[in-house]
Amino acid sequence: MSRVWKFGSDCDTDQIVPGRYAPYMRPNDDVGDAAFIEVRPEFAKTAKPGDIIVAGQNFGCGSSREYAVTALKRRQIGAIVALSYARIFFRNSINLGIPLFESPEIVDSLQDGDEVTLDIPNHCLIAGDKVYQLPPLPKFAQEIVEVGGIVPYVKEHGRFPGEK
Amino acid sequence: MGQTLSEQILSHAAQRPVHAGELVVVAPDVAMGHDSLTPSIVTIMQDELGVPRVHDPEQIVLVIDHVAPAATVGTANSQNITRRFARDQGIRLFDVGRGICHQVLVEEKVARPGYIVLGSDSHSTGYGSVGAFGSGMGSTDIALVWATGRTWLRVPETIRIQASGRFKPWVEAKDLALKICRELTIGGANYAALEYHGLEWLAVNERQTVASMAVEVGAKVGMFPPSGEVAEQFSIPDWLYVDPQAHYIQTLAVDVDQLELQVAIPSSVDHVVDLPEVAGTPVTTVFLGTCTNGRYEDMRIAADVLKDKKIAETVRMIVTPASSQELKRALADDTISILVEAGATLTAPGCGMCMGRHQGTLGDDDVCLSTGNRNFKGRMGSPSSLIYLASPAVAAATAITGKITDPRQIS
Repeated sequence: MSRVWKFGSDCDTDQIVPGRYAPYMRPNDDVGDAAFIEVRPEFAKTAKPGDIIVAGQNFGCGSSREYAVTALKRRQIGAIVALSYARIFFRNSINLGIPLFESPEIVDSLQDGDEVTLDIPNHCLIAGDKVYQLPPLPKFAQEIVEVGGIVPYVKEHGRFPGEK
Repeated sequence: MGQTLSEQILSHAAQRPVHAGELVVVAPDVAMGHDSLTPSIVTIMQDELGVPRVHDPEQIVLVIDHVAPAATVGTANSQNITRRFARDQGIRLFDVGRGICHQVLVEEKVARPGYIVLGSDSHSTGYGSVGAFGSGMGSTDIALVWATGRTWLRVPETIRIQASGRFKPWVEAKDLALKICRELTIGGANYAALEYHGLEWLAVNERQTVASMAVEVGAKVGMFPPSGEVAEQFSIPDWLYVDPQAHYIQTLAVDVDQLELQVAIPSSVDHVVDLPEVAGTPVTTVFLGTCTNGRYEDMRIAADVLKDKKIAETVRMIVTPASSQELKRALADDTISILVEAGATLTAPGCGMCMGRHQGTLGDDDVCLSTGNRNFKGRMGSPSSLIYLASPAVAAATAITGKITDPRQIS
């Protein structure tokens, strides 16, 4: 089971990992311990592998810091479901292989603390007796996430998606 | 079919006509790294991708600006990794004190009209000031450019900002930048390009102020047509021009004649009000700096307000020039001496306190009036500190009274 961690709209990357906690500033720490450290300190302490983030509009806005995504990977977040994403965060998440979905229905229906089952291979999320569809990403993004990120993709194919 | 500036630049790079919505794989002209992220980018390139040497050292520029000079043993060691990497690979490096990456790349003409300039920092949109397709990317994307020489990009739709009129006295480019944030909102331009029209009269430094904040409305780039001062300072490729047939998904009209002093209130860049709404708010810190407002012209406006005045005892004013070149300009006349005489503190050119890492980090009870570009909760230090964003003129007036102040009130 995956616990839902629900956030509002315009959740910026300074909240996801403040600049003071960047690997550059704390090279001996696990950046995953800094995920949401100031806005929701219980997240980094209690999030379990497979938990999901559910958020409003424009998730991940602000700084391009990829370590905001790395922190969520270190916590082994199973997926993010939001109304929309900021563009650099979207790219960074795809590149690091975090499944992202956009679903107003799921964002509307799920509450913080809900326990759900994430079934990515079957494109759905189950909450109680309700089954929600996980709408697929654009093909190029799916191809990257499926192999675990852009580095595995480029190593395997020797090129970018869609490139000859 | 007509093309926007972004479509022209990406078509040129893709060597075929492309339009908004298409995915292209292109070789950017520049892929910039800075001290905060270069070691992790190097690790991705060498260890994860298994590529020991960059594809083209001429494509890369490194700048030490985010924590410059180093504040800790860790940052000092990281900076030495960056220096060694630059030396080993034959990459151009701008070291401590030279200034903020976005300022340096414009000064050194590394960013040029029609170029694709990618940077490991979201304020890379500032290169749009000189008509370059400037955009921020994360470490892995930059590592891939360094390793392969290429990246994939989605050609953006364009939102046209159509300005008319001129600034009233004391109103300036920062007020225009904040007004655009106010009108478009924080995600209003997500994935799109901005193009700024009706502003041929804006100087390069003013264009830098405006374009640096394109990212704050979610935009991929903030393009100024290569006109006015840019056309005087650079040669413009003949394929880069404002095409009357270009298609824009939205046009935002801005009446600059009516523009008033703007202040972004805690804690979102699009929560912008007219200054009178927050006038009288006490502050503890005033910050004059950043890639948005750390240039000679910004320091000069502040000096004009602060001449023969002292800053309030309750306030610290930190002045961080955007580059050594801008510092030199401010030393050549009485700009710096006026600021220091008034009680301001001068720091090394660089990003300074913008990210809450050094040179003025905010504590729990601090309230900062900043000429920077971001005021998210905890951005500059304690999560309970508060950040207001405004222009250099407002910053200087606020430093004198210790409260958010209209510069016209200072005699």
